[in-house]
Amino acid sequence: MLDIEIDGKAVQVPVGSTVMDAATLAGIYIPHFCYHKKLSIAASCRMCLVQVEKAPKPLPACATPVTNGMKVWTRSKAAVQAQKGVMEFLLINHPLDCPVCDQGGECQLQDLSVGYGGSCARYQEKKRVFVNKNFGPLIASEASRCINCTRCVRFTAEIGGEMELGQAFRGDHAEIMTFLGRAVDSELSGNVIDLCPVGALTSKPFRYSARTWELSRRSSISPHDSLGTNLIVQTKNDVVKRVLPLNNDNLNECWLADRDRFSYEALTSEQRLVSPMMRNGEGWHAESWQIALAHVSSALCAIVSEQGGQALGALASPHSTVEELYLLQKLTRGLGSENIDFRLRRHDFRGDAVRSGIPWLGMTVADVHGLNAILVIGSFLRKDAPLLAQKVRHSALRHGLEVCTVGPNAEDWRMPMATRALVAPSGMVDTLAAIAAALAEKTGKALSDTLAARVPTTVSDDARAIAKSLADGEKTAVWLGNLAEQHPRAAELHLWAQEIARLSGASFGFIGEAANSVGGYFAGAVPREKGLDARAMIESPRHAYLLLGAEPDLDFADGAAAVDAMNRARLVVAISAFDSPVLRQVADVLLPLAPFTETPGTFVNCIGDVQSFEASTHSRGEARPGWKILRVLGNLLELPGFEQDNIEAVRDEALTGNSSCYARLNNAIGDVPVAEPPAARANVFQRVADVPVYFTDPLVRRAASLQKTADAAPPVARMPSATMAALGVQPAASRVRVRGRTGESVELRVEADENLALGCIRIAAAHASTVALGPLHGELSAERL
Amino acid sequence: MSEHRLILAGLDGDRTWRLQDYVARGGYEAFRKILAEKTPSDTIIAELKASNLRGRGGAGFPTGLKWSFMPRSFPGDKYLACNSDEGEPGTFKDRDILRHNPHTVIEGMLIAAYATGCTRGYNYIHGEIFEVYRRFEEALDEARAAGFLGQNILGSEFSFELFAHHGYGAYICGEETALLESMEGKKGQPRFKPPFPASYGLYGKPTTVNNTETFASVPFIMKMGGEAFMNLGKPGNGGTKIFSVSGHVCRPGNYEINLGTPFSDLLAMAGGMRGGRKLKAVIPGGSSAPVVPADIMMDCTMDFDSISRAGSMLGSGAVIVMDETTCMVWALERLSRFYHEESCGQCTPCREGTGWLYRVVHRIEHGAGRPEDLDLLLSVAENISGRTICALGDAAAGPVQSFVKHFADEFGYHIENKKCLVLPAVQDAGSQIYVSQSC
Repeated sequence: MLDIEIDGKAVQVPVGSTVMDAATLAGIYIPHFCYHKKLSIAASCRMCLVQVEKAPKPLPACATPVTNGMKVWTRSKAAVQAQKGVMEFLLINHPLDCPVCDQGGECQLQDLSVGYGGSCARYQEKKRVFVNKNFGPLIASEASRCINCTRCVRFTAEIGGEMELGQAFRGDHAEIMTFLGRAVDSELSGNVIDLCPVGALTSKPFRYSARTWELSRRSSISPHDSLGTNLIVQTKNDVVKRVLPLNNDNLNECWLADRDRFSYEALTSEQRLVSPMMRNGEGWHAESWQIALAHVSSALCAIVSEQGGQALGALASPHSTVEELYLLQKLTRGLGSENIDFRLRRHDFRGDAVRSGIPWLGMTVADVHGLNAILVIGSFLRKDAPLLAQKVRHSALRHGLEVCTVGPNAEDWRMPMATRALVAPSGMVDTLAAIAAALAEKTGKALSDTLAARVPTTVSDDARAIAKSLADGEKTAVWLGNLAEQHPRAAELHLWAQEIARLSGASFGFIGEAANSVGGYFAGAVPREKGLDARAMIESPRHAYLLLGAEPDLDFADGAAAVDAMNRARLVVAISAFDSPVLRQVADVLLPLAPFTETPGTFVNCIGDVQSFEASTHSRGEARPGWKILRVLGNLLELPGFEQDNIEAVRDEALTGNSSCYARLNNAIGDVPVAEPPAARANVFQRVADVPVYFTDPLVRRAASLQKTADAAPPVARMPSATMAALGVQPAASRVRVRGRTGESVELRVEADENLALGCIRIAAAHASTVALGPLHGELSAERL
Repeated sequence: MSEHRLILAGLDGDRTWRLQDYVARGGYEAFRKILAEKTPSDTIIAELKASNLRGRGGAGFPTGLKWSFMPRSFPGDKYLACNSDEGEPGTFKDRDILRHNPHTVIEGMLIAAYATGCTRGYNYIHGEIFEVYRRFEEALDEARAAGFLGQNILGSEFSFELFAHHGYGAYICGEETALLESMEGKKGQPRFKPPFPASYGLYGKPTTVNNTETFASVPFIMKMGGEAFMNLGKPGNGGTKIFSVSGHVCRPGNYEINLGTPFSDLLAMAGGMRGGRKLKAVIPGGSSAPVVPADIMMDCTMDFDSISRAGSMLGSGAVIVMDETTCMVWALERLSRFYHEESCGQCTPCREGTGWLYRVVHRIEHGAGRPEDLDLLLSVAENISGRTICALGDAAAGPVQSFVKHFADEFGYHIENKKCLVLPAVQDAGSQIYVSQSC
């Protein structure tokens, strides 16, 4: 520890601390712009100049290391003179257009100029101006306001993983810009808006729509990925105007993925369902809640009494809250049905019978820092879980974490990668087995008896390299991603991941597909014995479906089959925040659901944190919180146990016996038999389907600005150039006809993708243009057009 | 006193830059001797310290001390960089060294690499001099062919690779950490120090950066001995130094003289004042150095300490001589424009302040000065100097402060009368000298 005296206050700080760290510890604020606790030190704004004993010149607090016995004055005459001098320089070319600037009221320059700026300008010359640059659909640039702190530049390089912004030119001509003709495409790009201490980078969707002091603030939880990002939802006149991060050092730190930040635009989408709707022959009409719910309850009663409870299937989005899922399963079971599931994009449910507990990440997010090696199996990590990827990236860049992957995809994750075993989906189980075999050989531990017989005869170099990374690392982890969970042999991947983790001493777990992938299990929204899982409910169509927050065509493992099954049902009740042509096609009643900003609720994230939130605004139109809809429906059906007066009562009931929720988390799995993959056929390709980051759920699919980004481009058929050559497809803008197993085909533009296993075609799911292809995994044939 | 040529010695012949000529002048002897005798690096550094050699790039830091900062037992590569990014207005010595005597730089770098344990070296050559870059590349080829560079040099265990690196013409890349950034392929912007290059330099490895002339002096120190080299100059200011004399003199050019030679002697070597006019002021160490009025300058000797006492600095040894036909406002405007254009834009005081200074001086020169402008200039300059990451801020502030201090009457006249104190006809006559009159 080092002793330092700041403004007469003595503090002790660890070796390696800067004066800024020490000041923070002592509770002393030193004005600054370029310094940010999560970014590297630039020491370029010079606002934090302080007086240091024996130093002939003022020194920047952010970059000056503390030495023992140092004496620092942050408010002495010399220090303040230096700070005021810097402030004057910062203001000479700043446009001072605060009245029309979105940053006004939350601007560091504005705030600090009150303390350090002059009341009139000595600068009488012309100010330099810049032409604004296009940074894409999310970020607005007002280059003339820039004070060149380079926080945004450092963010893209250090946190985003690729330097998408840079400072071009010299002197006072220096300006922040993207590479020529490029936008900022990072899935984390919106953070530069928060980082910008002035109004040079502001939110394009939020622009000119409200002043910061007019906004009410509510804390909330992101309904998108499994991290459970903490949010601040800001509203004006009961309308959500923007979403900002709420600092949580254990989860999202001070960052926010663009999906979490900009999805609020969908809340005011024209497709919002604002009134109960009932089918009227071929047409639809709005109806009151009383009539709609009465109709639903009598229709459900009729079908259940005629066909038995098992005729009903309940399918819920994994983005639903714990309370919604709990009441839905209670209602379904109350009607005598065990058919309830929220894992809509899964194919293989064999693991359900041999699971020991609730699958989760298997470690805390904070523990990613400190890992030596990680194996990520079947994941589009960067787009599936942008902030979890950021944690991994941070450790890989700063602490030498060795990142290994197994899967058919090897797109750029913007981080250093140790080994990427590129294998087609059908080869993934064998590759994991090979890694386990190499680990057994390397560590001298024996494979478990049942698995020893299933080890392949050849072990690839990649498998050995991955085994080495895992065996050499002191702290290691194995993660199963969305592609692994949606895999046709998911249970076997789970089993082998468990074996690899056992042999290497790694922790293992699931990244999780959605905000409530863990919470759904807590709520009991999964079938028990004899119940049908999500896949079975589609493959053996039910007479009636209850659909909660999911779109049949886009949120299911096989959208085409789901639509087909529901088309054939006698009754489909869709509780949904949005209207859509497909819902109108399949449903008989549409009940308007309040999305996450309009309802209280709870999500359980991938590490088992139970995070509850309140509604940020009132419900729009006639939309109602899901728990209320289901509770009233339960009353109408005269089911017992639907007497809750408030959401806390539902929550307590849902999580009863879960006083320690963490105790129920357990990834262990028993033996799963080998599912023989279909025999390879000539001219047939395997589909690799990602769910692109801005297609994941109904909310984000309707967020207008996100839909203008590069990540929301319509799906194309990506294939290795060898495959393109074999099909006779020219590299430039050729189109192919791709046919799924059912014979339905779609026409797609072709793009070469060398980061894809041979024999695979990667076509994104969750988009209307690719629904006809059917399941996320499976065989495709392709022909040139 | 006259010139005392070491680095520039024997360069009057034809194609003196070739290896064979350099060897004939005694080149590579010092290096061969070190290899043959396996001289310990401590001995070399001690010799360098005894020589009192101070860095020739501008800051005048003792070279031996700098070399001793390099960590001895560092695992992996250590780097050596030669700073030939000579961009300071008025300075043109390094290009002549590289043009006429490139092998002395190579030999100096070899000795430095041997003494500091570096395995790789780079010579960062200013972006706007192409001929010199090509010539240095040729010299490298010669040295490689003769076995002076590469693996196990001359059968010893010592290996060293040396490459030339061409800059892109940014003045700031002459700042050693900006030079390293530029060499790494990044935008040339100075790093915050500490850490210094000796602990965190090129690609984060320990690195020594020296000026071209500094390296060029090393072989002579090794040959004649540190003390003898020091005695050429005076204590604290050892050896000879090349001065680039430019401006209103009869024979502008590079003059290698012993440190401590009177300025009047240097002026005489350069042929005296053009047209016999009166000396008005001298910038003794390149454009960054504060200007010194004639009477003070004529009492100075050319060494670090004497010039420092005169309120300026020896800098890179670029002596800009101005006679009585010079308008000092115009001269300052030219200098301020340079720093405005060359500020890298990284830190606030320099990025914003250099433009402000230039615009105000420009306004005064063009007849729009205001009475409060001189106070404003001094205040802005004070807010820049000492507040920036690198020395460019000080370099930009120095001329303004010294010009306004020494020639306040000329600035005042300009502001009050919207015109030059030095009549335009006189100024014209001053510049006409170059075309019409010979000395």
